[in-house]
Amino acid sequence: MPLLRMERITKTFPGVVANDRVDFAVDRGEIHALLGENGSGKTTLMNALYGLHRPDSGRMLLDGEEVGFTSPIDAIAAGIGMVHQHFMLVPPLTVVENIVLGLKTANARGSPLLDLRTAAARIRELAAAHGLDIDTDAQVWQLPVGAQQRVEILKALYRDADLLILDEPTAVLAPSEVEHLIGVLRSLAASGKAIIFISHKLNEVMEVADRISVLRGGRLAGTVAAAETDPSELARLMVGRDIVPPRRRSSRPGAPVLWIEDLSVRDDRGLRAVDGVGFSLFEGEILGIAGVDGNGQKELTEAIAGVRAVEDGRLDLPGLAPSRGARFRDIGHVTEDRHQTGLLMSFRLWENLALKSSGRPPFGSPFWLRVGAMRDATVRAIETFSIKAPGPDIPASVLSGGNQQKLVLARELGLGPKLLLAAQPTRGLDVGATEYVHRRLLAARDDGMAILLVSTELDEILALSDRILVMYEGRAMGQVNADEVTRETIGLMMSGIASREAATGSAS
Amino acid sequence: MEMFFGLLDPDYFAATIRLATPLLFATLGGILNERAGIINIGLEGTMLMAALTGVFGAWFIGSPWLGFACGVVAGALVAWIHAFVSISLGANQIVSGTAINLLGLGLSSFLIRIVFGLKEQQRVVPHFDLVSLPLLADLPLLGPVLFHQHALVYVAFLLVPVLWVILYRTRWGLMITAAGEHPHAASSVGIDPLRVRYACTVLSGALAGAGGAFLSLGQLHFFQDEMVAGRGFIALAALIFGRWNPVGGMIACLIFGAADALQFRGQAVGLAIPHQFMLMFPYVLTLAILIVVGGKSQGPAAIGIPYRRN
Ligand SMILES: Nc1ncnc2c1ncn2[C@@H]1O[C@H](COP(=O)(O)OP(=O)(O)O)[C@@H](O)[C@H]1O
Ligand SMILES: [Mg+2]
Repeated sequence: MPLLRMERITKTFPGVVANDRVDFAVDRGEIHALLGENGSGKTTLMNALYGLHRPDSGRMLLDGEEVGFTSPIDAIAAGIGMVHQHFMLVPPLTVVENIVLGLKTANARGSPLLDLRTAAARIRELAAAHGLDIDTDAQVWQLPVGAQQRVEILKALYRDADLLILDEPTAVLAPSEVEHLIGVLRSLAASGKAIIFISHKLNEVMEVADRISVLRGGRLAGTVAAAETDPSELARLMVGRDIVPPRRRSSRPGAPVLWIEDLSVRDDRGLRAVDGVGFSLFEGEILGIAGVDGNGQKELTEAIAGVRAVEDGRLDLPGLAPSRGARFRDIGHVTEDRHQTGLLMSFRLWENLALKSSGRPPFGSPFWLRVGAMRDATVRAIETFSIKAPGPDIPASVLSGGNQQKLVLARELGLGPKLLLAAQPTRGLDVGATEYVHRRLLAARDDGMAILLVSTELDEILALSDRILVMYEGRAMGQVNADEVTRETIGLMMSGIASREAATGSAS
Repeated sequence: MEMFFGLLDPDYFAATIRLATPLLFATLGGILNERAGIINIGLEGTMLMAALTGVFGAWFIGSPWLGFACGVVAGALVAWIHAFVSISLGANQIVSGTAINLLGLGLSSFLIRIVFGLKEQQRVVPHFDLVSLPLLADLPLLGPVLFHQHALVYVAFLLVPVLWVILYRTRWGLMITAAGEHPHAASSVGIDPLRVRYACTVLSGALAGAGGAFLSLGQLHFFQDEMVAGRGFIALAALIFGRWNPVGGMIACLIFGAADALQFRGQAVGLAIPHQFMLMFPYVLTLAILIVVGGKSQGPAAIGIPYRRN
């Protein structure tokens, strides 16, 4: 008998059927992946199980007994733990404090006074058993995301979860961290826990799962055993059609657009984030910057974009407008966080689109705005970039992640920049939207644009780049030609292992 | 110089502590409130209503203690309004707090005239006297400063470690911090942030009420229009200065108390400074402190943001 069985679960939100008669089951000791594009209803299905909302119809059986939780407390009490996509941790509290938060048993004698020492001892025991290395006394805000995720897993284990749900756990992790997480999940499954692993990445799901259930548009497209399927079948189930990877023609580099020597840049805390980096970028090519998040890529792009001070070294932009103000038009900047710096979520689509050029024709003069022209341009952008939106007047927050990113691209490409800085351009996007963004970037390159692509996704770097520069702790580990390099070499360089000499293919 | 040091005698320090007490009550209330994620700029109006209710209670019941209790309850009830408007209805907390300040101002001066009549507005009511702690009060220097005070002074300063333990060493403290920093995380482990916020807001009102009633029953012995004179706002500055920590808040209150005492002393001794300037002193100090520390201190992350269940 499976540990959990969900039968014909249906959940509608105003105007959307998020889950449509979905059947789903997990066994003890099994890692069961829930695969589907963004918006296919994965989170909704799990929220129904976790008591965050009630399904309209259908039933759920835990250990053969019908259950229907009305709040997460009931689900937790029944042995279900959930690691949410956006972590549910309180940053100024320590790891132990976060783990015992809300528990009545924080003190064995039942008094409200906390007994953190006993709790920490038990946490360290659980951590050691499953390779979840953690400093129990650190405050959560000080921890990198990977460690925060371990805290979330420990939180569920501390509450004696038999069934662990992880919602898109790899979205925030570097390749090596993903490997580690997969090891942890295997260990948990081996100890008899049931694990639901939500993802929209095919390779990953193939690697980790025993069985895979695919959701498409709220419906179950199929459940397959990982051993008996392949990525192309999964892609078909997920998208409903075959996915064609973008084809990259060889590049024909032109004049230099960006010339950097010995560049050093400090981060917000005043630490040196970019340390003596040098490279050049030419018209009509894509230079990929690979590296685990937080190795100086953000500071590097910001320095090039002119929004962060250069501490030392040379940063030349030959061929671009010399004045700072005009240069903004020559540099397109897809920032790494579209919620924080890419878009103003409460602004309407046309306001966002015209943001960078509202003071100039055709959108206006230094004093007046031409709202009509802005709206027209937005209607055109909605069409050319196939943004799914009812019109130009809705706020950006209403769009899905993929469509928000298309809007950012429409704005940044719309001004015809000579240089495009694309930082994590497909983070959080589904297969369809990712494919679209990739095609756009390649087309822009073929038209002669110089593109600096920063990504933590190795597949993306390899699929798009002509040359690849790997960053580690603020330094350039080396530069290689994309055609002459293997995943493994780059992976090693990303971990700071291979030196520049060992890995250099050709440095121009 | 001579004259300045003449101000600093045991009486001065005793006055500092006495004047810091109502502020301390309100500051502790504000800390509790803000750490749970609710801004209460209505502390001023809450204190004023409690000062008035305390006077009424003491007069009609004939006991300062029961009058004080009335003030505390009144403070809690006023804060309940703030809780309902800003937590249940999710209204803007600044607007709600401002409304409470305006209401307190108008309602208190209206009620004092209705109940005591125009001629007897400033009727002196049964009030608190100084209490000397046996033995301790006879200590040289420290005795008169620390141990010859109102009973409520001891209560206020005892509340500092009590609140500190609650915030940093109990389950409830974690729940309060979670409600103020990340209410969705709180609710994901079964804590109801709305209930936590309600409880903290109402308790905060009770504490501000204690401060207000202490002002009227411990210091003035009658009610006067606008008698809180900005102390509710100074309490907000004190909690920022103290970084939302009860001990820090207490230190801030003592600094403000010292400024206030200096102002009284200056007038009494007849310093050659116009007394209007002396009166400004605590408020100028508030501004100065906020300029120095205000920008840097970070409050709870979810403060002022209404929480809605999804
Ligand atoms: N609270 C909600 N209110 C309205 N619509 C929602 C809500 N949560 C999810 N949806 C909608 O339900 C659909 C499925 O969403 P979700 O379960 O989050 O997808 P996934 O996790 O697979 O990306 C989407 O169309 C989404 O917009
Ligand atoms: Mg989701």
